[in-house]
Amino acid sequence: MKESVKENNLYSHDDVLEFADKWRQEGKQVAIATVVNTWGSSPRPVGSQLAIDIDGNMVGSVSGGCIEGAVVHEAKQVMANNVPKLIKFGVSDEMAWEVGLACGGEVEVYVERIE
Amino acid sequence: MHSKILKELLSAREKKLSVALVSDLSTGRQALVYKDSIFGDLEPEEEILNHARDNLIHDRSTRIDQIFIQSFNPPKRLIIVGAVHIAQPLIEIASTTGFSITVVDPRGAFATSSRFPGIDLSEEWPDEALKKLQIDNRTAIVTLTHDPKLDDPALEVALDSDAFYIGSLGSKKTHAKRIDRLTEAGISTNKIEKIHGPIGLPIGAKTPAEIAISIMAQITQTLHRST
Repeated sequence: MKESVKENNLYSHDDVLEFADKWRQEGKQVAIATVVNTWGSSPRPVGSQLAIDIDGNMVGSVSGGCIEGAVVHEAKQVMANNVPKLIKFGVSDEMAWEVGLACGGEVEVYVERIE
Repeated sequence: MHSKILKELLSAREKKLSVALVSDLSTGRQALVYKDSIFGDLEPEEEILNHARDNLIHDRSTRIDQIFIQSFNPPKRLIIVGAVHIAQPLIEIASTTGFSITVVDPRGAFATSSRFPGIDLSEEWPDEALKKLQIDNRTAIVTLTHDPKLDDPALEVALDSDAFYIGSLGSKKTHAKRIDRLTEAGISTNKIEKIHGPIGLPIGAKTPAEIAISIMAQITQTLHRST
């Protein structure tokens, strides 16, 4: 049971940091993205986290899948230049293919590299 | 984030300590704020420290200008009294929901590691076991035995604790008798009303797994109503 429970929790709050640590130990560059502010109806609460490695692997979430792609892209830049970044995502415009939240909420995400 | 902060955070987690991560978003400097110590290269002002410690109590994360305070609390706990059939699906659903679980049952054949592999088990009498488990406001307690000599002592300790949820399995009839017994034992009506009985949200649950879902749904509802 313990093994299956562990698997069930793969995407929980704690495992994001555990994966970040594991990837670091494997010698990979790692960044962590954290939701630090939300407005309106946003899918994940403040404090939600996503860990990203240099190969683009990710664990956790900062939205319901709406902005993760863009966050991975930003994270790779943060890993390259080691300057933490605060990024705000607003409502998406379906016609313009803009990255954002279809639900009408807004989130602010802090992206930092593990040094 | 410095890897030293990450390591310290993971070690706090391992030790089941409450800790707040305070980040200055403009500089990237960070500090881990414990109940009575600080770790890291950021020296937060008194006001921020108070805020961080207050956030831990309320299990929330907040942003104050360029400072972000994130709470890392140990997992919420579910104590199950009665290593009965329903306990098995309940453990699975509660684990997925992020609870750490303890099963209490003094009847030797029930709380065995072959029936509950990897789960903390106690074979002590429920009241003794519960007293040792340091019940706090992030703990839920569920009694499943519907045997008064096991459920009642557990409930008496539970009702005197800060547990955010107390639920008891049993029909309306069983629950009515339970209320009579607890009243007779001198427990106030106010306290007795804290027990969710019959347990679970009314979703017409029949199988053990369905009952587990209804219990977990009610625990979730209570958790978010009280925060």
